[in-house]
Parts: sequence; C-alpha cells; structure tokens
Amino acid sequence: MTEAVPSYLSPTGQEIVFLLLGAVAVGAGLLVVTTRQLVHAALWLVVCFGAMAGCYLVLTAEFVAWVQVLIYVGAVVVLLLFGIMLTRAPIGRSADLDSGNKTVAAIVAVATAAVLVTVVIDGFRTAYTPLDPGTGAAKELGSTIFRNWVLPFEALSVLLLAALIGAIVISRTDIRGRN
Amino acid sequence: MHVVYPAIVSALLFSIGVYGVLARRNTILVLMSVELMLNAVNLNLVAFDVWLRDRLHGGQVLTLFVIVIAAAEVGLGLAIVLALYRNRQTVDLDRLRALAEPSSVTPATPAPGPAAPGVSPSAPGIASAGYEGPAPTPGAASAPDAGSAPGPGPAAAPEPDDQRTRAGGEGGMADDAAAPSAAGGERTTRRREES
Repeated sequence: MTEAVPSYLSPTGQEIVFLLLGAVAVGAGLLVVTTRQLVHAALWLVVCFGAMAGCYLVLTAEFVAWVQVLIYVGAVVVLLLFGIMLTRAPIGRSADLDSGNKTVAAIVAVATAAVLVTVVIDGFRTAYTPLDPGTGAAKELGSTIFRNWVLPFEALSVLLLAALIGAIVISRTDIRGRN
Repeated sequence: MHVVYPAIVSALLFSIGVYGVLARRNTILVLMSVELMLNAVNLNLVAFDVWLRDRLHGGQVLTLFVIVIAAAEVGLGLAIVLALYRNRQTVDLDRLRALAEPSSVTPATPAPGPAAPGVSPSAPGIASAGYEGPAPTPGAASAPDAGSAPGPGPAAAPEPDDQRTRAGGEGGMADDAAAPSAAGGERTTRRREES
C-alpha cells in the first residue's frame, strides 16, 4: 500500500493523463454550474462525465468506466434533457438561472473546497499505489458481485423497480390518491 | 499514482456541486449539481478501492450501486419536477414557498393560506393540492384516538372538517359543530379499517 513514495516532481505518464482528465472534469463542472444556457449545462455535464470515465479508465476501473458512460452519459443526461424540454425551458440565454444567494454559495463552496483539499493533502500525502491493469475488468467485478454482493444487488433491483413504479405514479395524472 | 490526485479532483468536483446546489435556481440545474457531487464520491470510491487493493472490490461495486441509485434518483426527481411544473407552471426553487412560514418575507407567489384560492384563479387546484400534504397528518394522528376510544367518536370528527373548511376558504367553525355524528362515526370506522 504505502511503499517508498516517488517524488511529486516527476509524474508518471498515467498521472499526467489523470490530471489532464481531472482538469477537464473540473472545468466542465464549473461550466455546468455557471453557464447561462440550460441546454449547455446538460451538454457540459456530458463532457464532465466523459472525463470522469477517462479517470476511471486510468485508475484501472474499466467496468465502472463503461457503466459510467452507459448510464450517466447515455441515460441520465438524456433524462435531464427530456426534463429541460418538458418544462419548456427557454432555449438560449436566460438571466434568471442563478438565485440571489450566489455570493454566499460561492463562499460556502470555496470554504468546502479549502477544507477538503487541505485535509486530503494532509492525510494522503504519502499514499501511493502502483496501477496494474486488469483488476477492475468485467470478469473480476462480475464474479465478485455475484459471489459476495448478491444480496445488495438484488435489493438494488427491487429499489429500481420501486423507483420505476414511483416515477410512473407521480408523473401520471389519472391516478388519484384516496381522499 | 499518488492517491492525492483523485482525492483532490473529487474534492473540487464536490465543492462545485455544492456551489451549484446552493446557487442555482432552476430545479433541473440543481439535479445536475447533485449528480456532480455523486460523481465526486464515485471517484473517491474507485481511487480508494484501487489503493487498498480490496479483494472483494467493495469500492468499485459500491460505485456501481451508487450509479444505479443516482439513475433512480434522477428519474424520480424529474418525475417530481414535471408534476410540479404541471401544477405551478414553474420550476424555480425561489417561487416554491408553499411549505414556508406564512409570515416570511414577501413571497413571489401568493402565500399559501386561506386567501390563496381567491388570489390565483387561474389554477384553482393548486391551493387544495397544496393542502393535500398536511391533510393526512391529523387523520393519522386521530387514528390512534379512534382506536383507544371505541364507538363513534365525535371528538375526532371535526378535525377533517376543520381542515376542509380552511382549505376551501369558506364556511367557518359552525360547520364543525353541525357535522353529523353519524358521518363522523362512519369516517372513523373507515379510517380504522385503513389503518
């Protein structure tokens, strides 16, 4: 786990790629929360999630990366775009996407970032792990899911079913509650 | 790979999500920011799974579970947002003050209360729909009363009537006194059957 830590001044190729992808993810995330066009926020979210998937790939978590691409980029963003479309959001610039407490939110976010980054750097400065590929492949992960994590997996399928039924019940108008 | 790098990236993404949740007004943008925060947590989970060399791959499996839960969450959230848009014609979080205290600072929409049906004639179902939330609470609270006091209890009957008259904005307390005890007894028995 924690062997002799290589210097921070001579990053490996993996670290450079990871940092570039992380910069892309953070920049796209910033654009998501600051852009003035609603549809552009969803599209920047695609960029952010794609960069995160690249980060997972660099961290040798291949299966998680592809699941991220499939579910987040493929399903969640499309759902969000449908939500934008169905709420008749204005296409183009709209001035009232930010609420009045923007400065307070910025202060809170900067404080959160400062605290988290300080604690993380202080705590994990000496942590180093060599990356060896193949540990996060679909074979390994599938076998461990269906050997060790079967019960949470099944419970999660029930939760998905409940969420599906709940979404249908909420969004249909001809289902009335008992008065 | 230094573990600090993914940890810092995830901390920054989490802070960006915090800013988005606090600063955005559109509900869908708030949902996007929540997704950003969930992704930050996922990156942490994967990085620490790789660092600790977990033989059960707990971090990556939990990441998959979080992704699935996030998909379910965003589906339900969008269903709620669409129901909200259908009822209120807005998804601005600043305007949704139906659960705020009535004496708060000058809400953009008319404050929910007895005056609400008169002010917003365009959507007559809004005020009553807003009161469908609190309405089951006295019913659920009075259900144990009906159970402890057997027989048609007229003491438990005026509560729903009181709610209905306040929500409708018409009538008064005289309606409670005039509520027939037979109907009240029938209502309590039905509620006992439901509970």
